[in-house]
Amino acid sequence: MADHVSPAEKVPTAEPFGLSRDSEAARVRPKMEVRNLYFWYGDKLALKDISLQILPNEVTAFIGPSGCGKSTLLRCLNRMNELIPNTRMEGMVLLDDRDIYREMDPVVVRRRVGMVFQKPNPFPKSIYQNVAWGARINGYRGNMDELVERCLRLAALWDEVKDRLHENAYGLSGGQQQRLCIARALAVEPEVLLMDEPASALDPIATAKLEETILELKKSYTIVIVTHNMHQASRISDATAFFYMGELVEMNRTDELFTRPREKRTEDYITGRFG
Amino acid sequence: MASSVDGWIRRQGFPDLAPDANLSRGPRERLIQALLGLCALVTVFTTLGIAAILIGESVAFFRQVSLAEFFGDTKWTPQFAEQHFGIWPLLAGTLMITVIAALVAIPIGLAAAIYISQYAPDRVRRWLKPSLELLAGVPTVVYGYFALTFVTPLLQHVLPQMQVYNALSAGIVVGIMIIPMVASLSEDALRAVPRSLAEGAYALGATKYEVVLRVVVPAALSGIMASFILALSRAIGETMIVTLAAGATPKLTLNPLESIQTMTAYIVQVSLGDTPQGTVVYQSLFAVGLVLFVLTLGMNLLANRIILRFKETY
Repeated sequence: MADHVSPAEKVPTAEPFGLSRDSEAARVRPKMEVRNLYFWYGDKLALKDISLQILPNEVTAFIGPSGCGKSTLLRCLNRMNELIPNTRMEGMVLLDDRDIYREMDPVVVRRRVGMVFQKPNPFPKSIYQNVAWGARINGYRGNMDELVERCLRLAALWDEVKDRLHENAYGLSGGQQQRLCIARALAVEPEVLLMDEPASALDPIATAKLEETILELKKSYTIVIVTHNMHQASRISDATAFFYMGELVEMNRTDELFTRPREKRTEDYITGRFG
Repeated sequence: MASSVDGWIRRQGFPDLAPDANLSRGPRERLIQALLGLCALVTVFTTLGIAAILIGESVAFFRQVSLAEFFGDTKWTPQFAEQHFGIWPLLAGTLMITVIAALVAIPIGLAAAIYISQYAPDRVRRWLKPSLELLAGVPTVVYGYFALTFVTPLLQHVLPQMQVYNALSAGIVVGIMIIPMVASLSEDALRAVPRSLAEGAYALGATKYEVVLRVVVPAALSGIMASFILALSRAIGETMIVTLAAGATPKLTLNPLESIQTMTAYIVQVSLGDTPQGTVVYQSLFAVGLVLFVLTLGMNLLANRIILRFKETY
């Protein structure tokens, strides 16, 4: 591990943002890596030359004002961007050093890199069926009851729903629905979990609970979270990337970025001067 | 810009506006409200009027023919010397046409709806849906002779024992006629399924086929069912195609290759002839019409209920 050279360091064009070369983190092999990524909606350039690394078993936060491209980048990490018509992407996204666009099938990418959306979007099925759905289509052969329970426990929802697993998921509160979506994503046993402003539709108590869940999940998963809440980013993330107008302005360890931002724009944003 | 307009208003005011020129309860407002309300009531009164006449004449009919005979007899021969008034042959004819039409329209219509809403690229969808709906604009009499002069001879190559007038070709063509209805309404239901549901499924590593068949279609199911029921109620009431192509032989049979008669075709047959008013044959029209009315009304109500439930699902 100690003498492992990250792929970014072999490629001179990709500047590994956010890692001081001598820090401990730099010696960890990144779980995901973005290299020189450009993204267009029609003619409009939405992301410009993004390069960054996401380390395993960490929470990486993407912050920035609305329209800065952070959600777009998140969707590039599991090829969800391909579902939007009239878009184009250039550059590379690696998962365990493999190019997810050229060397992997999108279905496999999305199973390994799960996603939780801004608005809770459970299926109009029972709680149990919601969790079992993904596992079933991916050919899970084990004990489904155990899997459902394990995933609901990981998402800190089990105690609240264990007596009504077969009721419709729409009867749950917003926060519970969001945790159900996390459980549903975990059931296909992903390695990375992408979360697109998962708390934006939740009240403060549900948000606190969700953040607790995220910190717990970090032990087994790599998490990337998009948030427009800087306090949330500073509370739960290990690394933070600040985006502005389609560019990655700065990426660093979270405590560094929030206490000693290197860029003026980052400082202005985190101190609330704009955004 | 805005501030300069504000400034202009402050300087000028609106000196030309009289303060009492545009009251909300002025006579013009009330007149328009009354006119609009009247137009809305016309449709309601028409329906009520139709129901009243149907029921009135049917009552006269059932004074001469008992309900027991109407629902108990298996022969319908009002124009023969030996009159029988059993509704079953006509009802069976209508149901056979409807079932055949359903077998044609439901799979094709639903498949077309799934293709248009889920698979077709934008530019294909833009011409495909309107051209599909164009099919709904073809006059049914055209469909009728299409069934008689094209579909029947075609089918007779394969099924030589088929009669010239038969339930099968009429049913198939009624099915073709209601495909646009199934497809268009189902497509609306499928498109109403929030994108976020499909995205949730994609994010779990589902293929397109799995997303469509196991998330989108089930979520739109009540809307799809409603489209089926509305289309089938159209098929039940369809008149011209069956009059032209299905024959005029009220017969209690399950063989679609034979000539049959539907309720609607019977009504046409008697209405065209010189049946004197007030006779039992004339009144039988209204009894048959009432059965038809109750059947389609019931199906439309059912469809409405299903649509209401579907609105609450997500």
